[in-house]
Amino acid sequence: MSTDTAAGLARNSALVSTRELSKQYRPAGWFSRNSFAIDALVDVNFEIPRGSVTALIGESGSGKSTLARCLAMLEEPDQGEIYFDGQKITGATARDMALLRPRVQMVFQDSAGALNPRFSAAEIIAEPLRIQKWETGEKLRERACELMKEVGLSPDWADRRPLEFSGGQRQRLGIARAIALRPAFLILDESLSGLDLSTQAQILNLLLDLQAAHSLTYLVISHDIGLVGEVADFIAVMYQGKIVEHGSAERVLNNPREVYTRQLLNSVRVVETAFRAAHAGAGR
Amino acid sequence: MKYLARRFVHGFLLLIGVSLLCFVFSDLAPGGFFDEMKLNPQVSAETIAGIRAQYGIDQPFPVRYLRWVQSVVRGEWGYSFAYNSPVRNLLGTRARNTLILATVATALAWLISVPLGVWLASRAGKWGDRACLAGTSLLTSVPEIVLVLALLGFAVRTHWLPVGGMSSVGSGTVLREKAVDLLLHLVIPTTVLVLASLPILVRHVRSSVIEALKAPFIQAARAHGISQARLLFHYALPAAAKPLISLFGLSVAGLLSGGLLVEVVTGWPGLGPLLLESSMSKDIYVVVGIVMFSTLFMIFGNLLADLLLFVADPRVRAE
Repeated sequence: MSTDTAAGLARNSALVSTRELSKQYRPAGWFSRNSFAIDALVDVNFEIPRGSVTALIGESGSGKSTLARCLAMLEEPDQGEIYFDGQKITGATARDMALLRPRVQMVFQDSAGALNPRFSAAEIIAEPLRIQKWETGEKLRERACELMKEVGLSPDWADRRPLEFSGGQRQRLGIARAIALRPAFLILDESLSGLDLSTQAQILNLLLDLQAAHSLTYLVISHDIGLVGEVADFIAVMYQGKIVEHGSAERVLNNPREVYTRQLLNSVRVVETAFRAAHAGAGR
Repeated sequence: MKYLARRFVHGFLLLIGVSLLCFVFSDLAPGGFFDEMKLNPQVSAETIAGIRAQYGIDQPFPVRYLRWVQSVVRGEWGYSFAYNSPVRNLLGTRARNTLILATVATALAWLISVPLGVWLASRAGKWGDRACLAGTSLLTSVPEIVLVLALLGFAVRTHWLPVGGMSSVGSGTVLREKAVDLLLHLVIPTTVLVLASLPILVRHVRSSVIEALKAPFIQAARAHGISQARLLFHYALPAAAKPLISLFGLSVAGLLSGGLLVEVVTGWPGLGPLLLESSMSKDIYVVVGIVMFSTLFMIFGNLLADLLLFVADPRVRAE
């Protein structure tokens, strides 16, 4: 009984929470129906406090992206529940889902692929507003230009197509599109990987500015614990579909309880020391 | 513009190449149009030689080819021994009839397969999709000829549809009556041609839309709460258009030659029966003329596809 009320309380203070979330992928085909399945998520219990930056760390195939896609309502979990702002997402009607969608937005990893190559920058940013019928006609473009300014892009580039932008600029476009609907919750699925270090830092700063301006809650998904450790309030570590460690960033970084987390941290340190050694060698 | 000019030059060279090959092959084939006369004891060897000289087929290869080129320039496209008239007069109405049939069939096939393929792609793996895929496999494995015979048999038994030809005897002179008569005659050959090309088109549309649906920007649009119809027809279909446009070019290219067999079996007075008849009797200039005509369409179809690709893809346009 006491655990139930505790869970209930947690659900209210957290913006997003999941309960016993499970998802399996089965290879499609006529005959392989029940042969084997991949467990992408196994009984995931997870909470993201309002206004926080939570980092989700894990190696490729650990289920990070599946969790993100479930939270973004792009995929249905097989079992378990997801709550957003106290409202149950899983099993919600299509109409409720449509109302919730603007509040949860996602910035994707592959910035070139995530932007429709046929659309201009302004059209890409305005598309969510058009889809949700928030604005029409001239206002769409106006809003798009405002958003471009907000993410540090010149509105003069509104008519360019995605492939005419650099990687960092494209990621800014993706961010502008994601915040167009004034979401409360932003999922950044490996949004910084594939960019060079200084661009990563710039985008990270932009994200922090936007968080302050719009009181956003972030879920930052990454395989790079060194990068997101800097900005995260909380860190969750995923391994084989399970969340193996979850706590404040300080605690997880300095005092990891799990062997796997320690391995992850060590691998970063190994790379770092190797990098410093190489650097020192080059300096001499 | 430069690009277009280059394409035209290419097309022209291709036409010359194809015509030369046609001539070489028909030259290599044994026998000729007037050989059967040799079996007739009442026709003397001198008479045959005279006729051959009259038509100029006793001349060496280069001379014959150049004469043919001259007649093409004059717009005659060679001379038919069997019909005793310039080939152009023969091809005109025949080609028109083939085009009527092929255009209707191709347009119908595309109009059906695009929405069907998109629909299947949107529910890939579900039972509707699987059933349709199984249907297309079945359809691919049935030869056209069987379909034609089945439909003809059906028409004969029920008397619902006219069997063979393009118009009924005494179908009237009023335009409306003639049109209805033509449409009824179109039903069987069109159905066969559509059914024959449908499986390939549907499968292509389906697989390229499925591929397009995997693009991250489709996922992004989903996260914005896009409607299924807009997602499929505004996002996925344009993204999938490239291979489909090439395929469309091919189907335009095959307009003249795709339905020849069906024309022969249903008695449609198009190029098909003419090609068969003239190849059997070695009426070579007719054969060459039809092949040239098909080549022209091939070139046109490819050019059309390139132009459409240019229009459809902003990335190509930007370059």
